[in-house]
Amino acid sequence: MKIRTLLIGSLVLLLLALASCQVLASLRYHWNWSGIWEQRELLLRGWGLTILISLGALAGTILFGLLLAIGQETREPVLRAVCRGYVELIRGTPLLTQLLLGYYVIAAAFHVDNKILAGIILLTSFEAAYMAEILRGGVASIERAQWDAARALGFDRKQTWRFVILPQALRRVLPGMAGQCASLVKDSSLLSVLGIAEFAKQTDVAVSTSSSPLEGYIPMAIGYLALTLPLSWLARKLEMKWRAT
Amino acid sequence: MKLDVSGLVKNYGSQRALDGLSLALPEGTRCLALIGPSGGGKSTLLRHIGGLELPDAGTIEVNGKFLSTDETALRGFRRKNGFLFQGYNLFPHLTARQNIVLPLVEVHGKTPAEANDLAITNLERFGLAPHADKLPVQLSGGQQQRVALIRAMVAAPELLFLDEPTAALDPEMTVEVLELVRELILGGQDVILCTHEMGFARAVADAVAFVAAGKIRECAKPDELFNTPKEPEVKRFLSRVLEFR
Repeated sequence: MKIRTLLIGSLVLLLLALASCQVLASLRYHWNWSGIWEQRELLLRGWGLTILISLGALAGTILFGLLLAIGQETREPVLRAVCRGYVELIRGTPLLTQLLLGYYVIAAAFHVDNKILAGIILLTSFEAAYMAEILRGGVASIERAQWDAARALGFDRKQTWRFVILPQALRRVLPGMAGQCASLVKDSSLLSVLGIAEFAKQTDVAVSTSSSPLEGYIPMAIGYLALTLPLSWLARKLEMKWRAT
Repeated sequence: MKLDVSGLVKNYGSQRALDGLSLALPEGTRCLALIGPSGGGKSTLLRHIGGLELPDAGTIEVNGKFLSTDETALRGFRRKNGFLFQGYNLFPHLTARQNIVLPLVEVHGKTPAEANDLAITNLERFGLAPHADKLPVQLSGGQQQRVALIRAMVAAPELLFLDEPTAALDPEMTVEVLELVRELILGGQDVILCTHEMGFARAVADAVAFVAAGKIRECAKPDELFNTPKEPEVKRFLSRVLEFR
């Protein structure tokens, strides 16, 4: 069985490779890797900054998303409405619009001069709205009986969230959360419109300097895959693990 | 225990669950059993006396103290009592032992070592020691309900509330749980329970109250209520449920 899967897999890959070669050949593309190779340091720094921004936004997204999710479940009507409204506003407008408005209007008004910090904050405020919805779904899936049991044992609201609701909700939504984290990494490429020197921006620069687009964009795709594939893998792993218990 | 419920009213939407219900039990009552048709209000009454629901009108006095409507005060009341649900309501992400330890540490201020000792002692006492480190899904219904019972009584509650503790169990598991409840009552634990197990109510209770349509129809000593019920409705109910005994 294993050998058969392997054989079929290799065959499919081979066919795909041949097809790609055919397409590239029909372009009569003149490969020039040396131009990009000269820009390797620039690209590597961009890739590093993408990792830095992603990690920062990831931490912010989980924290802020959690607050937004809990905020929508509180008994305080004003807080609930504000959180709900925020999520709807963010999910109803394009990230590009938010980045431009956020950077040129809000960040400018608050004198946030650090571009990278502004980028991390803007990306966080976008992704957190989606994260909040994932978490809220998890919380909503916890049976009424669990809240009852916690109340009957004398837990207060905070203890109930901390010991009973969140641990169960997180287990249910971890795969979805990991997927959202992968989206976050890819979405960070849009920060290039603000002139932040992350991976996508640096690739653009390298491509125009060396006039070799494919030699730039193919490594760009691979560079993002190197970050998102481990996240997908982690999501699948977690899914299997929680399903087993 | 001493109990005085007066004029209790509770509406769920247009549904009247408790309809001016009153009930008084003298000092020294050990076990009160609430019986009656499903949907008659016995669980709702129990949840009110247990401080899990707030009435729309009326008062509840337990052992000489009126139940507050303030959440913090009610939490204090719940902390010194125990509540067991029909559906066990164990925390599924925690092992049997952790289910017992968590409230002891977080609510009752025990050190983890003390709490662990208490949990192990009780699990051993009730024949559950081999299952201490299993998750609820790995236990039978009867085992889960016995763990839940330990969780409810381990902090030496003043009152123990049991909400149809065997309704979800097969006959053999029902006996497992009822034996345990009887042992607690004989050991001096004050208990209020709702149940469909007439034989059990008769054997362990020193007062039985028949609840229907949100009111107490009859409240008497078990021999009296089961042998010579005064109300025709109680007579009808008993002859129906005891038909195949």
